[in-house]
Amino acid sequence: MRIRTTRYLGLTAAVATVLTAAACGSGSGGGSKPAAADSTAPATITWWHNGTADPVLSLWQQTADAYHTAHPNVTIKPDPIQNEQFQTKVPLALQGNNPPTLYQQWGGGGEKSQLSSGKVLDLTSAVSSWIGDIGQAATRWQVDGKQYGIPYEQHVVGFWYRKDLFAKAGITTPPTTMDDLNADVAKLKAAGIAPIAIGSKDRWPDAFWWEYFAVRECSVDTLKSQISALKLTDPCFKKAGDDLGTFMATKPFQDSFLGTPAQQGAGSSAGLLANGQAAMELQGDWEGGVMKSLSTDSQLSTKTGWFPFPTVPGGQGDPKAVLGGGDGFSCTKGAPPACADFLKYIDSPEVQTKIASQGVGLPVNPAAASALTDPTLQAVFQYDQQASYVQTYFDIAMPTNVGQALDSAVADFFAGKGSPQSILDSVSSTAGGSNK
Amino acid sequence: MSTPRITSSRGRVRIRMELGFLLGPATLLFAGFVLAPIGIAIYYSLYSWGGYGPLTDFVGLKNYTDALSGSVFKQAVEHNVLLVALSLLIQLPLAVWIAMLLNRRMRGRALIRVVVFAPYLLSEATAAIIWALMLSKGSFVDQALKAVGLSGQIHGWLADPDIVFYTLFVVITWKYIGFGIILMLAGLQAVPAELREAAAIDGASPWQIMRSVVLPLLGPTIRIWIFLSVIGSLQLFDLVWIMTLGGPAHASTTMVTYMIDHGYKSNEYGYGSAVSVIVFALCFAFALLYQRFVLRRDLDGALTNAVR
Repeated sequence: MRIRTTRYLGLTAAVATVLTAAACGSGSGGGSKPAAADSTAPATITWWHNGTADPVLSLWQQTADAYHTAHPNVTIKPDPIQNEQFQTKVPLALQGNNPPTLYQQWGGGGEKSQLSSGKVLDLTSAVSSWIGDIGQAATRWQVDGKQYGIPYEQHVVGFWYRKDLFAKAGITTPPTTMDDLNADVAKLKAAGIAPIAIGSKDRWPDAFWWEYFAVRECSVDTLKSQISALKLTDPCFKKAGDDLGTFMATKPFQDSFLGTPAQQGAGSSAGLLANGQAAMELQGDWEGGVMKSLSTDSQLSTKTGWFPFPTVPGGQGDPKAVLGGGDGFSCTKGAPPACADFLKYIDSPEVQTKIASQGVGLPVNPAAASALTDPTLQAVFQYDQQASYVQTYFDIAMPTNVGQALDSAVADFFAGKGSPQSILDSVSSTAGGSNK
Repeated sequence: MSTPRITSSRGRVRIRMELGFLLGPATLLFAGFVLAPIGIAIYYSLYSWGGYGPLTDFVGLKNYTDALSGSVFKQAVEHNVLLVALSLLIQLPLAVWIAMLLNRRMRGRALIRVVVFAPYLLSEATAAIIWALMLSKGSFVDQALKAVGLSGQIHGWLADPDIVFYTLFVVITWKYIGFGIILMLAGLQAVPAELREAAAIDGASPWQIMRSVVLPLLGPTIRIWIFLSVIGSLQLFDLVWIMTLGGPAHASTTMVTYMIDHGYKSNEYGYGSAVSVIVFALCFAFALLYQRFVLRRDLDGALTNAVR
């Protein structure tokens, strides 16, 4: 399973290892006291998270220390683990007898698969008093109405664009409809600018495109019912593929986009945008941070802006529906009551404000929204708050194997293999038990 | 020299104990870390298993039939076979040729040998990242082509499904040719100079000496290189995974990238196990047949006959 927000941190894995050692020694106490726990029995919480690099690494260490200061009987041991390792480590740990007390959880179909291990704790009653504070986001960590995971940050996919390149091509306002977008692509091409960057090597950026077309073509009810049933039979899903095909026929992407990675190096799609070699990219809210790490331009954040995916003519979808996701945590069975209480602390305004102000991600607690410093991220957050519906990335919403098959089929379509129908077939055949 | 035959029963027991003492640890390690995992992989491969909970969904050989009838896995096998063929047709002659050049006396020979061997010393990951950067749009390779007036020959080296596999083959050749050359050089050193001289005195042309004296004597080296190269080609993974992830559209997928894609990325542990068993079976079958029919002659003198 991939987690886009921290993918670029993988490049600094070696540095992170050093930092881990350093951070363990520097226990700085938090500011105000977290809420009191209901139990006083001594307890230890082992905590697997994917924050192997700063600012996340230090933030989680501080959070653990602050909680321990307020609850001396509870010791929290953060264990930062490289993001990609979760896909093998979590299944193994949940198979064994000593799973971590608290671990990184992305919700959706992956979470649902984990339930079959019988080791994931149902948090429904433990969090019922406060889960309402974080709004709609929490529902994506529910399975059959029960809360098995708690998000701490959310993600929103949309267009990041270069204001300077738009101006150069004579575009005054960002596009709001597909027709606008097509016209802008033509203008950018005429000005000799690569209109849209995409990191097709990694496959998941391709899926964003098809999924957003589906979100615009399909009604919210259709999305909800057919994605959870893994039966994309409504004609609107086929139309999404047709739309994508039509759009790709205008050749809006950079040269050689099929071999371009999303986040690694200046030649990646994020790097192209960061260095002014492409005008826009459909990416998550983390794009700003990725671009910053790939550019030396100190004025970069003033040159970039954000706009939502345009409306599609004739689409049944809600124009205010959003494609997104988030990061969260789950407790395992046998965890002390402090585990759920610690999650409450993570979602409290105190920690959420740090998540927002340190550029870790978009907070789930609206009370922390004002701490977002970047105006672009503020706009993204506002749009997300006003969204009528947030559709989880399909590959996270679906069981992992089905989601990966979908990503792969969309990537094939980008490479000129397959059809709008073969994308849908990949879901039905994988869900039906075929591995091909 | 003949080994004295041991006849007393006490001596036999001692030999047994000695063997047990010497072979025991290795046998345990081999059983625990080679045989047991193979057995477990075979066991997993009979289930549809996503990695969580007990193995309950027994599917028999369905994972195997799925893999063998799936178009992407077929493509992956084709890529591996094509790689074997290209290695034998291009890398082998190239390695022999360069080794023969480097076997002559010439100025800077040591330096050239080091340079030729250097890529082999780089880690796969490092080499893959360097090449991925050099081959990306507008980077070193494109600039170099432009500089020599071949702008028309610029392609999407890693982006064009029709080209990507051959691009990878060039990188693989660059990476592993040094190993072949070093092997061939060692083989050439073992060809006695007297034989060449004798052939020359008998009036053989340089080409005839090469063809009828040197190459046959290089045979054992070439055969062992082929063995290593085929096994390496069948198991190719890291370079491909880092440079292309098997894409675009599976145009560079190999059997092992396919296995990782399904086993780990898709959490299809049962299916991934089946694919890994297939890869293992292919390599094992090749190794056995090759040893039996090709290498036996070379190994004949090298093995001491068993102690009875």
